[in-house]
This record gives sequence, C-alpha cells and structure tokens, in this order.
Amino acid sequence: MLSHRLQAAWVIARRDFVAVIFSKAFIFFLLGPLFPIIVGMMAGSIGASVQHDLDRPVLGLALPAHEGDLMAVARGTLADKMAGPVPDFVVLQRLRPGESFDARAALKRGVSGVVSGSLAAPVLTATPERVGEWRGLVSVIAARAAEASPQGYPVVKVDTVATSVAKQRNEQVVTAQAGQILLFLLTMLLAGMVLSNLVEEKANKIIEVLAASIPMDALFLGKLFAMLAVSMVGIAVWGAGYGVLVVLGQKAMPVLAAPAVGWPLFLGLGFCYFAMAYLLLGSMFLAIGGLATTVREVQTLSMPATMMQLIVFFFASFALARPGTWIETAARVFPVSSPYAMLAQAAQSPALLPHLLALAWQALWVGLMVYFGAALFRRTVMKSGPARGRKVGRRKLRPA
Amino acid sequence: MAHPMKMQLGEWPVPGNAVDDRDQELAVEARGLVKRFDGFTAVDGVDIAVPRGAIYGVLGPNGAGKTTTLRMLLGIIDPDEGYRRVLGTERPTDVARRIGYLPEERGLYPAMKAYEAIAFLAALRGVPLKDGRRRGRELLEMHGLGYAADRQIRQLSKGMAQQVQLLGTLVHKPDLVVFDEPFSGLDALNQGKLERMIRDLAAQGTTVLFSTHVIAHAERMCDQVAIIAGGRVPFAGPVDVARDRLRPQVRLETRARDGLWRAALPADARSEGAFWHFTLPESGVEPLLRALIEGDAGILSLSIERAGLHDAFVAIAGEAAARALEENAEEEGRR
Repeated sequence: MLSHRLQAAWVIARRDFVAVIFSKAFIFFLLGPLFPIIVGMMAGSIGASVQHDLDRPVLGLALPAHEGDLMAVARGTLADKMAGPVPDFVVLQRLRPGESFDARAALKRGVSGVVSGSLAAPVLTATPERVGEWRGLVSVIAARAAEASPQGYPVVKVDTVATSVAKQRNEQVVTAQAGQILLFLLTMLLAGMVLSNLVEEKANKIIEVLAASIPMDALFLGKLFAMLAVSMVGIAVWGAGYGVLVVLGQKAMPVLAAPAVGWPLFLGLGFCYFAMAYLLLGSMFLAIGGLATTVREVQTLSMPATMMQLIVFFFASFALARPGTWIETAARVFPVSSPYAMLAQAAQSPALLPHLLALAWQALWVGLMVYFGAALFRRTVMKSGPARGRKVGRRKLRPA
Repeated sequence: MAHPMKMQLGEWPVPGNAVDDRDQELAVEARGLVKRFDGFTAVDGVDIAVPRGAIYGVLGPNGAGKTTTLRMLLGIIDPDEGYRRVLGTERPTDVARRIGYLPEERGLYPAMKAYEAIAFLAALRGVPLKDGRRRGRELLEMHGLGYAADRQIRQLSKGMAQQVQLLGTLVHKPDLVVFDEPFSGLDALNQGKLERMIRDLAAQGTTVLFSTHVIAHAERMCDQVAIIAGGRVPFAGPVDVARDRLRPQVRLETRARDGLWRAALPADARSEGAFWHFTLPESGVEPLLRALIEGDAGILSLSIERAGLHDAFVAIAGEAAARALEENAEEEGRR
C-alpha cells in the first residue's frame, strides 16, 4: 500500500510540477527575487535598526599609563559636540614604560581600530575606510585628553590593515540578512502557489475525482513536493542568472561576503532550511486550503497564517541584532522561525553541530505538521453539508 | 457523539477481510450507513446490496442523500456508523484502482489536452502514463472524438469535456463503475449513448451503480434500485419487486351501463366515460371475468396494467418525495 501511496503522490507531483512550470504564475515566481528590494524598503525600519545596532564600532586604546583613560573621558565629553557618529572607546591595555603592543593582533579581538603610541603622537591602526573616518577624530580627542584647552593637534600616524574582524562580521550579517529575505520570499511564494493550486482544483471540481482515486495524504504530499521541485528549478534559474550577471558585470556587481561556514555548506544548509520552512508553512496552508471552498474563504483563512509568517520573519531578523540574548535563542528554538535564525547563524558562525541539532528539531516539527495537516486536510477537504453555524434554511442546504 | 461503528461491525456477518460466498455475489454491500454533518443527519441507516454485474440505481430527489451515500461507499468520506464492503473489502480506498467514478460535478484540468486528461485519470488508478496516453487516444478515436485528442479541455464544449471525463472514468477497465447523476446536463442524443454504454459495461460483467432523480432512467436501465428519500432507503431490491408493491390496475370497457355485474367491481372502481378503472382484486382476474360474463356486462375491452416505477415510488417514498423528484426533473429540463 505504501508503494501505491508513493506512486499516487508521484502522479500528483508530476502533474502539478508540469502545470506550474508551464504556467504564467511561474514567470511571476521567477521574478520573485526583485521583491527583496520592495520588502527591504518595507522592512526598512527594522533593517536600519539591525544595521545600526550591529554597526556600533569600537576603538581600542593601548596607551601608556592612564592616557587611555584620559582619552575615554575626553571622548565622553566631546561625543555629543561632534558631527557624525563617534565610536565607543575601550581601554585594551595600560602600557608600562617600554612595553610594546601588537595593534594588528588586537583587531582580531573584535575592535574596529586601535589607538597606540601616545597622546602626543598617536598611531591609528585600522582599515583604510576607518582610518579616513577616524583620523581627525583621534587627533581632536587626543589633544583634548592631553590638555583641557589644546593649543594644537597631534599628527596621527596610521597603520592600515586590509580588513578587521568587526568589518567581516558586519559583512556576514549582510549575507545572513540576504539569506533570510530570500528564504522568506521563496517560502511565501511557494506556499501561496500550492494554496492557489489546491483552490483551483476545488473550483474545477477535480478534487472529488482525486479523493476517490488516491489517498488524501498522497495528494497532500504530492502537492507539497511538487512545489519543492518547482522551487529547485527557480533556484537553478536564479543562480544561473546571478552567475551570468557576475561574470558580465565583474566587480561592478555586489558580491556578498563569504559566510562563516563557507559558500558550499551555506548553500546546502540554506536549501535544507528552505525545505523545512516551506514544508512547515506549506502544510499549514494546505490544511487551510482543505477548509476553504472559495478563493475568498482562502484569503480570509490564510491571512492570519501570512501575518504570522511575516512576524516570524521580522522576529528572526530582529534576533539577528541581539546575539547572545534569549531572543536569539528563542528564534532558533521556535520551529517556524528556526530555519531563518539558523541560516543567519550559518552566515556568522562556523560551528556545524547546532545545525545538525536544528535540522533534526525542525524535521520533527515538519513530520508533525505534515501528519496533522494531512489528517485535517483528509477530514475537511471533501466535507459537504450545511455551512457551520447556519441553522436557518438548513433543509435547503442539505447535501445531495 | 461516539460512533458505534465497531459495535455495529459485530452485528453484521461479514466483518474482516475474509472473502465469503456473498463477496462472490455482491460488488457493494452497505448496512446501516449513517452520516451526520454538524448535527444534521444526511444519511440515516442506508442498506444497499449491489450484485456483481448488475446495473443498480439509487433513485431519489436532490438532497435525499444520494451523493453522500456514494461518497461513503467509495471511501471519499467515512460513515459515522454502519458497515460497508466494496469489491470484497471494508476499505474502499484499497480497491480504488478497480473502481471508476464519475462525480456529479464534473471537472478536469482546463489546460490539459483531452488525451492527457484521460491518461492522468488512468495514472491515478495505477495505469502507467505511457499506456494511459495510448489508451486515451484509442478511446477518443473509438468514440468519434479522435479529432479533439490534442485540444485542451478549455477548448472543448461542455458535452465533449463530459465525454472525455467519462472515458477517463473507464480507461482502466474497472470492475465497478459509480456514476453520480450521469445523465445530468446531457442532451437526449448523449443520454442515449450513455445508456448504451452502461448496458455494454454490464454485459461485459462490470457492475454499474448510478444515482439519478429521473425515474425513467432507473426504470429503463436498472436491474435493482434503492429508493432514497430524506436520508433513508425505504426500498432496495429488484425494480419488478418495487412495482409489485402496488396491485395492477384494471381498465374495463363494457357495453351495458348497469346491471348485476356492477356488484363484481371492487369498492375503489371509478367511472371515466365508457371506462371503469380499479385495482385488480386480490382474488385475481378469473373470478372477476366470470362475474362480469355471468352478469351480462358485455365486455368490450379489459386491460391489466402493471404499476409503473413512478407509482411504486409514490407508494414507497411518499407524495412529497415524488413531487420533489418531479420538480428536480422539470428544473433540469429548464436548464
């Protein structure tokens, strides 16, 4: 019987796959990647907040005796009076006479730049962009730290480095955000397509033939996996398109920073998390589709699920800006936000064990959702009889 | 509310999967089927026994519970109570590949080509796609629709699309075919074609179970009928037995207008012009004839008419159900 079920699921999946691939809706699906810009604008406030929170650079101080403390105090005094953002200052080390300090090594500890040397002759070690941004600022604050009413400003020597851990982290956050947005859009598009596909079948009255011919769970699975296959075609097309653009545009094209786990693994994990997110949402949408009989009913019933998915996305995006907090943990554990949060983790941290645990946890929930979704679908999709709660006119609404 | 299906299973003699003699005889058997929707009882204790190879009709007005009964028999929905056995199993979905089903509300994928639609319906019943496509073309050719094989369903007329779906219902050569209101929406020509097709199927040993609200179809085609009204089946059995529920009607024409022979007429006799109409007495026609002859009635003609299924339906299901049936037929005629 299992082989019959799988065979039936295959028949449905094959039909749906071919029907979708050759439909106009698939063209809109392929245009999906254009939507991140729109959604990005809509989610602008949260995105900006995330970026602002993450882009709070820290300047490390490694100066003789208490000169670092004096600079930190001077920064506190001047910060509000200066135009533009002023980085936080942190004293890395109070140097004893004759003691040396490896500023380049300090950059690997998460600070965006290091001020060494002395107040009279400060040395700024940072990336070229940071040097350009902070050189004058360091000179002013060092002068103010040296004396309350400075007569002149010291020349700041610079030691530029190619990159820093903080910069790399920021870039990886961008990669994580891009991954989350893509995941969200793909999931929403596909879940919407699987739902409209089901509604079309109900409208065409095909559903009764299907229900009489094959087990309902085979229909449910066939539909779910057909859309998963459709998404793979879409991803292949987008990947190829992006590759062509990169080759043609060379350095003009924006290239995302390499994720912490590396691109091959990140893409693999991305697909796994996408599959989990889609199967969770798709099961939910199909179960909703089973309850509805008209497009209007579907819209009404699926609205809360769509809103929930938006909230989940914003929640995962918000958690990205709160590393190490309970919010981040909650986003990783909550089944529907877990794929988004874990994809972000893959961009930022090279650890692999959490992904194995997360995938196992999500797979468990996918199993539960598919099982209960199919059961609900089976129970409701062919239900006839009077509309719930309608007492008046019951005789007229009797099933044939 | 608890549904005592298991308790009921024990009451019937053929639970389990063993195939007994009755399985050899009955393609479909249902006992005490009950289905409720949100507290409303749509089907209330339906009993049906469809012999293998028979043409069996479920006759009743719209809203009587026909579709719900068929859906339960096919396993599309489960009964709340009762026992069903289809092609030797209590789980109809297990034998779905041996069943063909044409629902009342027809439907195909509009973008599919006609032969692909048939192949898809065949694939649902386990026929490989390649074979389904070949058979689809063959069937369309055989039924004079070969020219439309490569047309999309949306390009076909409603009648043609219905024929395509009908062929898709039969493409896998099922042992049992279930039609829900198969004549609905068909013109007289296509109704005739469908009637012939149903008879051919039965002649080949296929069991045909169909629902209808048109008495003439049931009377013309069915070996047995289940009369259904208000979710109940007050009669299920051979059409002849249903008709025999009513005594035959006598139509008598006499030369004499009055005489001793009048005493031989039963109490319900009524006069219409030169004719008398009355129910054949239980004693039969011979004592009546003798009394008429001995009383010098001068018999010009005497005919005995067996009751039609319509009269039987009125007697079995009641006036209200019969009226509803007629209204349904008129409504469809207007459509």
